[in-house]
Amino acid sequence: MLGYIVQRILAAIPVMGFVALFVFLLLRLTPGDPAAIIAGDAATPAQLAAIRERLGLTDPIHVQFINWITDLLRGDFGVSIISGTPVINMIGSRLEPTISLALTTITLSIIIAVPLGVIAAWKQGTIIDRLVMAISVVGFSVPIFVIGYVMIQIFAMQLGWFPVQGFRSITEGLGPFAQRIFLPTISLTLLYIALIARITRTSMLEILNEDYVRTAHAKGLTDTRVLMRHALRNCAVPIVTVIGIGFALIISGVVVTESVFNLPGIGRLTVDAVLARDYPVIQAVILLASLVYVVVNLLIDIAYVFLDPRIRYQ
Amino acid sequence: MSTQAAPSGGSPSRIAQLREIVFSSPIVTFAALMLLLIVLAAIFAPWITPYDPARLSPGTRLRPASDAHWLGTDAFGRDLFSRIVYGTRISLAVGIGAAVAAVLLGLAVGLIAGFFRTLDAILMRVVDGLMAIPNILLAIAIVALSGASIWTVLVAITIPEVPRVVRLVRSVVLSAREEPYVEAAIAAGSSTWRILTRHLLPNTIAPLIVQGTYICASAILIEAILSFLGAGISPETPTWGNIMAEGRIYFQINPGIIFWPGLVLSITILSINLVGDAVRDALDPRMAKRGIDR
Amino acid sequence: MSDTLLDIRNLGIGLGGDPAHEVVKGLTLGIQPGETMCLVGESGSGKSLTALSVMGLLPKALAPTRGQILLKGEDMLTASSKRMRGLRATAMSMIFQEPMTALSPVHRVGDQIAEVLDAHTNLDGKARRKRVLEMMEHVHLPNVESLYYSYPHQLSGGQRQRIMIAMALILRPQLLIADEPTTALDVTTQKQILTLIRELREEQGTAVLFITHDMGVVAEIADDVTVLRLGEVEETRPVDALLRQPKTPYSRKLLQAVPSLIPRPPRKLNDRPIVLQTTDLGMTYESSGWFRKGRSVVAAKEVNLTLRQGQTLGIVGESGSGKSTVARCIVRLIDPTTGSIRISGTEVASISQRALKPHRRKVQIVFQDPFRSLNPRIEVGESIIEGPTNFGVPRRKAMDRARELMELVGLPGSALDRYPHQFSGGQRQRIAIARAIAMDPDLLVADEAVSALDVSVQAQVLELLDDIQKRLGIGLLFITHDLRVAAQICDDVMVMQHGKVVEYGPAATVLGDPKTEYTRALIEAAPGRDWDFGNFRPVSETMAAMKQQQS
Repeated sequence: MLGYIVQRILAAIPVMGFVALFVFLLLRLTPGDPAAIIAGDAATPAQLAAIRERLGLTDPIHVQFINWITDLLRGDFGVSIISGTPVINMIGSRLEPTISLALTTITLSIIIAVPLGVIAAWKQGTIIDRLVMAISVVGFSVPIFVIGYVMIQIFAMQLGWFPVQGFRSITEGLGPFAQRIFLPTISLTLLYIALIARITRTSMLEILNEDYVRTAHAKGLTDTRVLMRHALRNCAVPIVTVIGIGFALIISGVVVTESVFNLPGIGRLTVDAVLARDYPVIQAVILLASLVYVVVNLLIDIAYVFLDPRIRYQ
Repeated sequence: MSTQAAPSGGSPSRIAQLREIVFSSPIVTFAALMLLLIVLAAIFAPWITPYDPARLSPGTRLRPASDAHWLGTDAFGRDLFSRIVYGTRISLAVGIGAAVAAVLLGLAVGLIAGFFRTLDAILMRVVDGLMAIPNILLAIAIVALSGASIWTVLVAITIPEVPRVVRLVRSVVLSAREEPYVEAAIAAGSSTWRILTRHLLPNTIAPLIVQGTYICASAILIEAILSFLGAGISPETPTWGNIMAEGRIYFQINPGIIFWPGLVLSITILSINLVGDAVRDALDPRMAKRGIDR
Repeated sequence: MSDTLLDIRNLGIGLGGDPAHEVVKGLTLGIQPGETMCLVGESGSGKSLTALSVMGLLPKALAPTRGQILLKGEDMLTASSKRMRGLRATAMSMIFQEPMTALSPVHRVGDQIAEVLDAHTNLDGKARRKRVLEMMEHVHLPNVESLYYSYPHQLSGGQRQRIMIAMALILRPQLLIADEPTTALDVTTQKQILTLIRELREEQGTAVLFITHDMGVVAEIADDVTVLRLGEVEETRPVDALLRQPKTPYSRKLLQAVPSLIPRPPRKLNDRPIVLQTTDLGMTYESSGWFRKGRSVVAAKEVNLTLRQGQTLGIVGESGSGKSTVARCIVRLIDPTTGSIRISGTEVASISQRALKPHRRKVQIVFQDPFRSLNPRIEVGESIIEGPTNFGVPRRKAMDRARELMELVGLPGSALDRYPHQFSGGQRQRIAIARAIAMDPDLLVADEAVSALDVSVQAQVLELLDDIQKRLGIGLLFITHDLRVAAQICDDVMVMQHGKVVEYGPAATVLGDPKTEYTRALIEAAPGRDWDFGNFRPVSETMAAMKQQQS
């Protein structure tokens, strides 16, 4: 069991290493002078030289990489080209809206989607099942920003129940915080509900066909008990796995949602950085997002130990 | 008791199979019809649009829908309907282009990874790494660096989709190469190339068609998101995302600028996903067969 | 017949409950308390469906169309689902073929048994545990205290089936339905489980409805036998009467198809050239982890065998004995770690795949699963000529030869352009044999090639293999777990256990006068070994008759 956990942790390291290498090479391998790309068309030679100096572009490429990695491991993500502030500080000040949005979305989605998927599988082929499947295919298909603007139009502008845009920290009181995080969460959660409900239904259908479910019925257990204790318990691994994979969707979704609702989070920071070609910021955000994804999936791998005795006792 | 996995009867012709999928349910028929409409709109855009999509008309800015402008006008007085119809072209080009490119690339890499053990370990680490980067972040980084054009957007959208295809092809190949008929071919002295093309490749086609439709939908969505965030194809080009991005500032005056392209975008993606699901159900006998076994 | 425990009257089961598409057609049978009734039939006979319908557990796609299933006079087909739930495990229980998949992988086995008590009794947790432990001891499980907390994957196949039996019988139901409960088990384990079922039946007075395809098992356990064919009852008889005097031609055919355990008379082949010789052949699997110690599993060790032209060598053993590993090494589907393999004089154990290619032709293999051994997307003719064309035979010539081969294996030559799914399992296995001999091999390896087939089909394929060997004079290496099959077809027999050769010699010696404990145990465990099914009499009578003939 310990061996398995250590093995998973070690397997995550090369993945992060590759992400770092990829992010590093992205700027260097793009055709053209990286400094010119960053500075834009109107840059003077002096400005270009300054950028090259600041990014260390004058060194040989492997030296650049080693320096860069060493800085990263020390927690130094560089400074913004535009404002000159350390990137890590910029990110730090933007964390709260992003984390709030991600957490509310995941919690709400799981609470809604898992029961939906279970019911759909149990009532396979009925109108309930079809309804859940319809919600899930629509959830996959309607872009977050379209849902977001429809939400704003109806609930903020016409009904006036919520503020149109913006964010309040939870430290300013739960009420204002909840009021402003509600619509973004709903917009983002539909996609995630679709994802989780679908996988829950599919895995449940598969497991309801397993021999041990038949055994459970043969024991004279009630349907609810078979469903909850035998089928759902055995579904835990695929459901948790897809929650982990879906984390990438959440991160991408947060970028869009923050733009729609004007939340001052990491997503907005990224978009602003892209428009300003503030490369150190873009690099840092990608690394951070990937790190979050890798760590979340690592935690999920470790969670398998508790969900599946076959892994625990291998 | 019957474990017959193969379809019963002779193999129906491709056209019959397609007809069966399209008419499998009224919703799928409707989705296929919508897709047909969208494709026709893209092809015949110059003939069905009442205005030049780029024609500025400062006198008629931000008009609501009317007889003259079916869906109203944008901030520069350009006709919204005409711009949306032209936007179809970019969306379809990006969707189909990314699907084809990602499937071909992923197929090549996946076959190699599935068949050659030594390369597999390295390739899969690369794939894991690419999958760890959220696709929209990766795409906007690529576009931000290499400048916005339809080609860079296409590349930026294709790259994040490739790892999933690689994984799919690899898993199909890995399970297929355990099949006795592949071992029989090895025992018969067939070359690696022959085993790959004749016995392993055909197994990947059905799942790849399904995956391809999903990539197409996803690519159209991501292109729209990139444009919407201002990191896509240059703003003058009429794409659905660009139209909506411009509409953001005027949302309170004319919500139609965001609403109409959003609706068309949603219907397009929905239709592709529905058709994709129908193809999957038709090609994956496991799901259809459930409950008849034993 | 008022004391009949289970009385099935005119039962029909149809796809979607449709009387026009029945898979069980008007089945009638009765079981008395304490009696063991065997329901025997080949695949598609509807025997498992009948059992499931008693429990009310038919798959969704199927439903009863007519008739009654009376358990102590109460009709199971009209009982409410609540009533059925109440009867399951208390009045009737069921055990299944695959004990691994029939137990939930994520729950402790003790808790899975206790759940029955939880659902049907008011016992508290402590009392439940006590009852479960008692029952686990009752089915002869060792270390029950610790086994209680184990998960299914930590148990052996036999232990899992004991858990299933404990679960089924803990509330002392009057009817136990056993659906091929020993088919997935090794023969020695099978014997233990059959003994256990018999023992519990006597002790608890449980009636058993025992479903099987194996006449040997029938001879071991049945009081009465019902023979099913395509959803209809052929005949119901006491076991002895059926085995001695089957009434219907189908029952006769079924019994005749069971291979005899009496070894075939030896053939004189010592002057023939050697086609296969292995010396100290060994295969060790190394699994290395970064942080775990590299584990190595010895799959086969020091295997020495010789096979001559026209001779059949059988390798028999239980699962994990290494018999398939040896076969796959000889075909070089896997690379052996030690030893030598000489095929018609050429050393092939250690040469590279490239150098091996010219020699591939000489060794061909037929696999177990007829549904997976032909590429479903390719016409069978193409599958047959793939090998010859690899070795430069022109396409047309190869096709002509394929046509001849199809006829040789008893199929129409015109069927070459059909796809595998258009053939039955037995036909596919014939095609696989045709594909193998299309290469004119010196050696044909049959890896459990008849194990997945119904007994009547199995008999035909065995006959075909024997016939082909006579005609073409090839060496046949026959891998099987079934001693009866080995006795019928093999000149020499090698017995393997845990990767090692236990005994090797002429079939008559190894099977007739075994020298080792293990071989003896294997033969003793063979179900129905006292019966000579094909001659409708016990083996003792056959022996007596043979003696009489000789004198």
